[in-house]
Amino acid sequence: MDAFKNWVARSGMGSVLILALVIMVVFPLTMDIFRLNLVGKYLSYAFVAVGLVMLWGYGGILSLGQGVFFGLGGYMMAMFLKLEASDPITTKIQSTPGIPDFMDWNQLTALPLWWEPFRHLPLALIAVVAVPMILAFIISFAMFKRRVGGVYFAIITQAVALILTVLIVGQQGYTGGVNGITDLRTMLGWDIRDDSAKYILYFANCVLLLAVILLCRWIQMSKLGTLLLAMRDKEDRVRFSGYDVAMFKVFVFVLAAGISAVGGAMFTLQVGFMSPSLVGIVPSIEMVILAAVGGRMSLVGAVYGALLVNAGKTYFSEAAPDLWLFLMAALFIGVVLVFPNGLAGLYESHVKPWLARRKAPKASTQAVEPPAAPLSSPSHKSAPSAPLPGGVQGQSA
Amino acid sequence: MSNTDFVLAIEDLTVSFDGFKAIDALTLYVDRGELRVIIGPNGAGKTTLLDLICGKTRASSGSIKFKNQEMTKVQEHKIVRAGIGRKFQTPSIYENLSVFKNLEVSFPRGRSVLGALGFRCTDEVKDRVQSVATEIGLADTLDTEAGLLSHGQKQWLEIGMLLMQEPELLMLDEPIAGMSVRERELTGELLQRICKGRSVIVIEHDMDFVKRIAHKVTVMHQGKILAEGSMEKVQSDPKVIDVYLGH
Repeated sequence: MDAFKNWVARSGMGSVLILALVIMVVFPLTMDIFRLNLVGKYLSYAFVAVGLVMLWGYGGILSLGQGVFFGLGGYMMAMFLKLEASDPITTKIQSTPGIPDFMDWNQLTALPLWWEPFRHLPLALIAVVAVPMILAFIISFAMFKRRVGGVYFAIITQAVALILTVLIVGQQGYTGGVNGITDLRTMLGWDIRDDSAKYILYFANCVLLLAVILLCRWIQMSKLGTLLLAMRDKEDRVRFSGYDVAMFKVFVFVLAAGISAVGGAMFTLQVGFMSPSLVGIVPSIEMVILAAVGGRMSLVGAVYGALLVNAGKTYFSEAAPDLWLFLMAALFIGVVLVFPNGLAGLYESHVKPWLARRKAPKASTQAVEPPAAPLSSPSHKSAPSAPLPGGVQGQSA
Repeated sequence: MSNTDFVLAIEDLTVSFDGFKAIDALTLYVDRGELRVIIGPNGAGKTTLLDLICGKTRASSGSIKFKNQEMTKVQEHKIVRAGIGRKFQTPSIYENLSVFKNLEVSFPRGRSVLGALGFRCTDEVKDRVQSVATEIGLADTLDTEAGLLSHGQKQWLEIGMLLMQEPELLMLDEPIAGMSVRERELTGELLQRICKGRSVIVIEHDMDFVKRIAHKVTVMHQGKILAEGSMEKVQSDPKVIDVYLGH
């Protein structure tokens, strides 16, 4: 039992368990299906935020183009669902029955060859993860091997987001254009629009999200996690310790892309459409905001960030349609100014000590004096900055 | 370019930045088990030479052979894996990680992406961390965040990180800069110990320290070698006195 308790404390599993309880028990019990479906949509964004914790928080690589991978995952899913919704009987009024409606409107008379694999669910599901990851690999390998990093990399990811949006909007006949791929109905004959399906999809989303968090936590606790932190701090030192730094960056970028793509597919399933408005620069930046608000070092925090920001967005856009963008911006600026480590940072610096004080009021305050260094010298310029929440100790998932 | 018994053989090495030759047709040999100190006025090209050996800067022409293997075209991390370790001028450690983690990460196993995912901190690794930490006098501070160490301790930690890799050639760029007198003494002793079984190149300005540790001294000036030999010989060389030691 004690070993289990230790493991929970060390690996930060406690916070994951609480999150599981909140999203899988509390929300379904307290919300109607309309609200729960909305939460499900927010939780599909949370995948991207979790990916950004790995990429940005741990790896120190800021990507302003995560919408690309979210969108691609979503589009791959939508293509399968769209083909299933476009059987010859339902589309018999089209001039070419059996192809998606937007193709028919754009004078296409046959299904493009690259749509063919999406007739099969297994192939589509593989494509959901594989295509974004391959694209991420190509982009990141080309950039990181050439030592492109920091702001330049962020700009390039933005450019990719813009290119993909333009491509999708421009190739209307193949992609559904600016409207996206809409009117999705069934998956292998299972109607994804009715309430029971929405419940099932919501729980599937929760399970996948928790699985992704556990996977990321496992990576963080491996040597690779330590190396990511080390690279963020002193890239050259890692390189001259015999590591191919570029490949580690490629790994974490591809990982974040794959995670985002799963979120995109879950979005499509729960919301019932996919459009270029979820791919471009603005949604990509919003996704960074989710991670920033949640705390970019905290996987669980990122999920709460996604929930809070999106709930705020929904609330503000209902309550003050003209002002909501400004309110969102104010929220972001406020977060960055007041608590730069996000909700998780706030928890670490305020709630946790408070809980600890309440828990052990009798326990004598422990001396936290560092042991005298054996060869102590007047420590000039040792810059004892307050231990960052990013430090390895005292870190929670 | 001949094959040699030297651990490091640099021949006719040149690097130019926009026409300025930071290293100019330099030839230098380092023996196995030797502790070589390189001195020279600022801008002589000492740090650039280390950059060239470890691959941080690419040579314009010439050859760098490590154990008879050409290194001028090899990627940095592969140079490290071949057995060349380099300490930077300012202490380059992972400030947010504990001393233990700093050393553990430097252990030469699990260096690929998949290797790092599967890496386990076995007793062997722990023992190695413990023995290196004892060597560098940080055995009692293993759990301390490295950023909280004193400047001197940071320098030792980085040397320890290199020792974890068991390099055959260790290059230290100003290892005692900013250290107190006592710390300098301890570092001198440390260097004497660690050069057993490996070659060490040290760049240093402090002449007393150089006298104490060097087997052989190389004086650089304007990208070239001005003099080479024992400290006494070098100090009495009129060319050296002219450019460097004589004020």
